[in-house]
Amino acid sequence: MIEIKNIEKSFGETKILKGVSTIFEAGKTNLIIGQSGSGKTVLLKSLLGIHTPEVGTISFDGRIYSDLNSDEKRELRTEIGMLFQGSALFDSMTVSENVGFPLKMFTNDNKKKIQERVDFVLERVALVGAHNKLPSEISGGMQKRVAIARAIVNNPKYLFCDEPNSGLDPNTATLIDNLIREITEEYNITTVINTHDMNSVMEIGEKIVFLKNGLKEWEGTKEEIFRTDNEAVVDFVYSSNLFKKVREAYLKE
Amino acid sequence: MLLRYLSQIGKYFLMWKEIFSKQTKWSVMRGLIFKEIDDLIIDSLGIVAFISFFVGGVVSIQTALNLNNPLIPKTLIGYATRESVILEFAPTFISVIMAGKMGSFITSSIGSMRVTEQIDALEVMGVNSLNYLVFPKLIAVLLYPFVIGISMFLGVFGGYIAAVYGGFGASSDFIDGLQINFEPFHVTYAFIKTFIFGILLASIPAFHGYYMKGGALEVGKASTVAFVWTSVLIILVNYILTQLLLT
Ligand SMILES: Nc1ncnc2c1ncn2[C@@H]1O[C@H](COP(=O)(O)OP(=O)(O)OP(=O)(O)O)[C@@H](O)[C@H]1O
Ligand SMILES: [Mg+2]
Repeated sequence: MIEIKNIEKSFGETKILKGVSTIFEAGKTNLIIGQSGSGKTVLLKSLLGIHTPEVGTISFDGRIYSDLNSDEKRELRTEIGMLFQGSALFDSMTVSENVGFPLKMFTNDNKKKIQERVDFVLERVALVGAHNKLPSEISGGMQKRVAIARAIVNNPKYLFCDEPNSGLDPNTATLIDNLIREITEEYNITTVINTHDMNSVMEIGEKIVFLKNGLKEWEGTKEEIFRTDNEAVVDFVYSSNLFKKVREAYLKE
Repeated sequence: MLLRYLSQIGKYFLMWKEIFSKQTKWSVMRGLIFKEIDDLIIDSLGIVAFISFFVGGVVSIQTALNLNNPLIPKTLIGYATRESVILEFAPTFISVIMAGKMGSFITSSIGSMRVTEQIDALEVMGVNSLNYLVFPKLIAVLLYPFVIGISMFLGVFGGYIAAVYGGFGASSDFIDGLQINFEPFHVTYAFIKTFIFGILLASIPAFHGYYMKGGALEVGKASTVAFVWTSVLIILVNYILTQLLLT
């Protein structure tokens, strides 16, 4: 469980996060939604410690991040898997090497054991036959899947995904969403996902936090998001006609 | 302005502290070191050899052409070539060239990892990214004096070839010249400089790459800035060391 209390983050003069509090529970897929530029990535990077909020606390199962010393921070980070918005694969390494990297760095497993685990997670993200390619030689969607494989290879306790399915075809996007939800339940991971994808919201939104202008405007589940009359949420989520109709149909039932 | 420089300098020294805190495990680090030796040292040998040989030749020819007075012995050609190659040309001039070659390679490779969030990815995994990226480079440049040793040898050799085969002096004159007033401490001095230049060559471009902000365009700018600072510092440190060690 991750609990954030009143975090504020500025860059220079502009305040991006203006006091956000919420709780992300373990074993659930927690979604952060909001318009482009609303501060989703900044929030996620604050959870990761890449950005340091000026105000507020973040606690990982009781461990308050800002109170940890740098060794304890690194220790905590080995329990975190992160999928970056731009994949952030190491471009001098092959797909296999990228995925096996956290294992090579932080376990004493031998090559064979690492390779087995790598093969296993690559198969889980439905990526076969690209083991020895470099990131520059595979498509953006494939890169994303490699990045997910890398994020989960070490059985993380916390998994953060910045737009896991942007740039993917609908099939693969659903596959990735389901994959994330499955492993979240299976291993009781605290998962936090940034997304603008309404399909994901409807499919896997067990808890949804809606950010607007650096503030938490609304939070709830995917069922509640159908019923809410919060204008900002309705404007954002139901901006497409299709989802408007879905909502109307849902409300009629 | 001054404050900004001071804070940069502070950050530079903090970087050093961070590089040596929490080491990457040796089985991984060993591979990284070999890769850096290949990229930074082995890859530089060709261009260093080329420049050294020909500039050594030019130094020798220039000296020969200025010897119009018959009272000055021909051995001066060998002597002057030795002194200028060992004292300045090989350690300093080559290092400034390396600030361009090695330096821009370091800044752009680390900088592009910064802009594509690869450094963030390392940090998030719990890797000490400064140690992972910079430490192997610092170990690799410990071999940099070896490069300069080759440069010294080839510079003098180039001078010899130019003098003898260009018809400016006899082989024996040149070789006698090489031995006049030979001060072993000059070689020591040259290698002390080289060692320090090597450390500057790896650490300053790494600093500029690691702490850069922005996108691909800024990677190019950071490389240029790193080159300017590295060469300025090499020249300044050269002056200070010469003052300290030779006077
Ligand atoms: N490192 C930074 N330095 C300065 N400003 C930043 C930095 N990172 C983000 N910002 C600013 O913070 C704001 C929020 O950015 P953020 O990346 O969190 O948006 P987002 O909600 O993730 O958008 P998107 O959906 O497009 O990814 C933007 O206005 C951006 O310009
Ligand atoms: Mg974002």
